Amino acid sequence: MNQPDFLDVISFGPGGWGAALLAGAWMTVLIAISGFLIGSIIGTFGAWAKISGGRTIRAIADGYTTVLRGIPDLLVIYLFYFGGSAAVTAIGRFFGSEGFIGFPGFLAGALAVGITSGAQQTEVFRGAFKAVHKGEIEAAIACGMSRALRFRRIIAPLTLRHALPGMGNVWQVVLKESALVSITGVAELLRQAQVGAGSTGMPFNFYVVAGAIYLTISTFSGALLQWSERYFSRGVRRN
Amino acid sequence: MNAQVPATTPMALDVKDLHKSFGNVEVLKGISLRAREGEVVSILGSSGSGKSTLLRCINLLEVPDSGDVTVGDETIRMQRTRDGKSRPADQAQVERIRSQLGMVFQSFNLWSHKTILENVIEAPIHVQKRPRKECVEEAEALLAKVGIAEKRDHYPSHLSGGQQQRAAIARALAMRPKVMLFDEPTSALDPELVGEVLRVMRGLAEEGRTMLVVTHEMGFARDVSSRVVFLHKGLVEEDGRPEHVFVNSKSERFKQFIKG
Repeated sequence: MNQPDFLDVISFGPGGWGAALLAGAWMTVLIAISGFLIGSIIGTFGAWAKISGGRTIRAIADGYTTVLRGIPDLLVIYLFYFGGSAAVTAIGRFFGSEGFIGFPGFLAGALAVGITSGAQQTEVFRGAFKAVHKGEIEAAIACGMSRALRFRRIIAPLTLRHALPGMGNVWQVVLKESALVSITGVAELLRQAQVGAGSTGMPFNFYVVAGAIYLTISTFSGALLQWSERYFSRGVRRN
Repeated sequence: MNAQVPATTPMALDVKDLHKSFGNVEVLKGISLRAREGEVVSILGSSGSGKSTLLRCINLLEVPDSGDVTVGDETIRMQRTRDGKSRPADQAQVERIRSQLGMVFQSFNLWSHKTILENVIEAPIHVQKRPRKECVEEAEALLAKVGIAEKRDHYPSHLSGGQQQRAAIARALAMRPKVMLFDEPTSALDPELVGEVLRVMRGLAEEGRTMLVVTHEMGFARDVSSRVVFLHKGLVEEDGRPEHVFVNSKSERFKQFIKG
């Protein structure tokens, strides 16, 4: 039995998979962060649309959250990847190129994750804004703050205070969802683990290591989140 | 000591024929009210008489349906939308005028994520764009004046209601407002905390601040104000010097009201 030692397999030396897995983890973090940021921006506008938009804008926002929360995330990634590829292929053909052009997997993944998490962020932000004491906003209006200043100095920090726990949940979901992006061939953590598993014949070991890395990332980011929750909850009385 | 000012003193605030309805309910049915510089005007009235709405229409927290509000010599320009609703014509003007009106709310409304000092310097720095150092110095003086200098680095939630309201008064004063608007400033306070807030307001009246005070405190209205305005069902029912109206008002409703 000349099964190599697994510790050698995942080492960083020559023939080891350590560097590849670490690069995959880095890619996972990049996809998750990009998707989370896109989702937060969408969520901000979505919440704004639902809170103070006219009837049409509200209907669009409602439609968006209903649809995106109602279809599988994997399907959204497919739609972006193949839809995006079809679009760039068509554009390519217009400029005289032949054949299929793939939509960048990273971009498709980040957009798909962003748009699905944006639907959740919309609800998180909307609920958080509703929890803000309206008198504090009125005080900002009464002292002559412009709309933008009010948002930046008063509404955003007070909303974040209530939004952060929910945003933490969304982040965890986004981190796990980023694994779905592996189907587009992006070399993120799960994809690297799959490749490693396939070429060494040690699937279980690779997936355990991938799991440990996911857990490390989520634990670390969880601590970061707790810190920011404390920061934005300053002035809240704890009994 | 009631703050009386000569009849030649310029107007600080001039409200003309204010109307405001919420749905089918007409809350203000044409209210006019003036305050000369240094005058303290107490606005009395039973609940639903429109006194809070009147105050909130002056700084456009509520948009009046018609009527004019003039602060100093500047009248807020209004326009009508296509569906006949009234709205300010120039948002920048509204924001400028609001910064000249210091508002004190019933429920304090301090910004809970900012310390007391940060609450006081927020608008002077970010709305009025004054230098931070100057704002901090002035804020510290104001906090000392309302008696909570040692609370400057505390968050509002760690202060008693009376302390929070005094901080809110300091915050309003920090804008160097032309007129102070008080919307039932002691109504949310425990009885034993009312006195400390009223003392601060008395002090402001004595130093010649122009104040509009919606209140239920008869003692304050009688002893401190230069004029008492009694609202009833959206109209001014009585308007005069306190020593006059409290003694020989002709209004049955006002007599009923002050009897309690």
